[in-house]
Amino acid sequence: MAEPTASALKHTPLYDLHVGLGARMVPFAGYDMPVQYPAGIIKEHLHTRAAAGLFDVSHMGQLDVRPRSGRLDDAAGALEALMPADILGLRRGRQRYALFTTADGGVLDDLMVSNLGDRFRLVVNAACKDGDEAHLRAHLSEQCFIEPLRDHALIALQGPKAEAALAAFAPEIRSMRFMDVRTLSLFGDPCIVSRSGYTGEDGFEISIRAGKAEELCRALLTDQTVAPIGLGARDSLRLEAGLCLYGSDLDRTTTPVEAALEWAIAGPRRAGAPRAGGFPGAEAILTQIARGASRRRVGLEPEGRAPVRGGAPLFCGETDSASVGAVTSGGLGVSLGAPGAMGYVRIGSARPGARLFAEVRGKRLPVRVCQLPFVTLHYRRT
Amino acid sequence: MLRYTKDHEWLRLDGDVATVGITPFAQEKLGDLVFVELPGVGAKLARAAVAATVESVKAAAEVYAPVSGEIVAVNEKVVDEPGLVNAAPIGDGWLFKMKLADMAELDGLLDEEAYQAIAK
Repeated sequence: MAEPTASALKHTPLYDLHVGLGARMVPFAGYDMPVQYPAGIIKEHLHTRAAAGLFDVSHMGQLDVRPRSGRLDDAAGALEALMPADILGLRRGRQRYALFTTADGGVLDDLMVSNLGDRFRLVVNAACKDGDEAHLRAHLSEQCFIEPLRDHALIALQGPKAEAALAAFAPEIRSMRFMDVRTLSLFGDPCIVSRSGYTGEDGFEISIRAGKAEELCRALLTDQTVAPIGLGARDSLRLEAGLCLYGSDLDRTTTPVEAALEWAIAGPRRAGAPRAGGFPGAEAILTQIARGASRRRVGLEPEGRAPVRGGAPLFCGETDSASVGAVTSGGLGVSLGAPGAMGYVRIGSARPGARLFAEVRGKRLPVRVCQLPFVTLHYRRT
Repeated sequence: MLRYTKDHEWLRLDGDVATVGITPFAQEKLGDLVFVELPGVGAKLARAAVAATVESVKAAAEVYAPVSGEIVAVNEKVVDEPGLVNAAPIGDGWLFKMKLADMAELDGLLDEEAYQAIAK
């Protein structure tokens, strides 16, 4: 019997640009994406924290949720039925981090929600976008139009020089604060720009029509402070910032409380509050908020030089057989010059400073539980 | 003259002592190295046994002994500076030296032409 041929990888609107810049392309979530450019992951990571990194994140899902009634509160209420977030209180021009939860209290996806005035804009993980769209259609179709954006790129510009680089094309971004969202014109096209990102640095995410994306990127790249950054550095940057990667640090078996994301469970949705519960898994999650969870996501600092990666089991001692948790993400903390990791640890062993052992290639390497993030965050809040 | 394995290790012979490292092709594929674990001096390894581990930002890769022998020296410089393997994989980025147990095993290695044919 003939071997089935693999389906072709999808391309973002910036595929030709990446190839032209000498990117090494790898499959990711069904797309052919740049993992690095000739500079390499380490230089790209350091450049982002020192200057401005340009990322193509067009593989992620962008969807608009629009109320059939024309009243945005109806769409907000509908979305609140799927997430423990305060969407009714999310003001126009603001963005918020949110979680789709499951009936067991696990996490279906993590996402960003923006209030665009007449609709909500959702940005979801690439690997989850088809499932998220189906989830929204299954629950919200009656009250909302669900409109996936099929012709838009998403570009992130992150780092201390990001504002200056983008302001050259849209000076009004200087007045934006962290988690603001605006519609502005770039190269004659209306774009949605948020002041947010996935690196721990100040930065922006720009949703632009696919046909204009390359023009925007080339224009930004003429600025010497802007360099193209691949998915390899994107991962090391977010790890240092203590941010979860869905599929590694978050999945259907992790609750928001176990994931140390209680802050994403909005006050108005908690026990005793006006809109308490009313989202999947509310009972399990609100019980965990009240009583504590049995395990917690923590930072881990290996004591040696060897990186400790996702999958490594964690132990209290060098020879005990019962693990107390597992590493879910890890690698080199490039800015730290030392390895860093995060993982889930049973509550009794999860306090900062606790010394645990990660089993790597048959050896038990000492690691210390620590707070996240590993680096100072530079969000422009004021 | 360098000899190679199909797993992208190179070997340079000096009497019965071989210097071993990974090839320019291998370092390029791996990307920036962040950690190198070398064998202990005195360790006796069979051909194709795991001799060392190199880790890039994204993943770990094993380095195999191209021939059987005893480790007589390791390159401490690459432990402190893994990037040296990327910068000079055939020069200063060497990994370890071993005293050969069986010179006949050299026949199983690839010459320059044979290696370049597979290093794609």
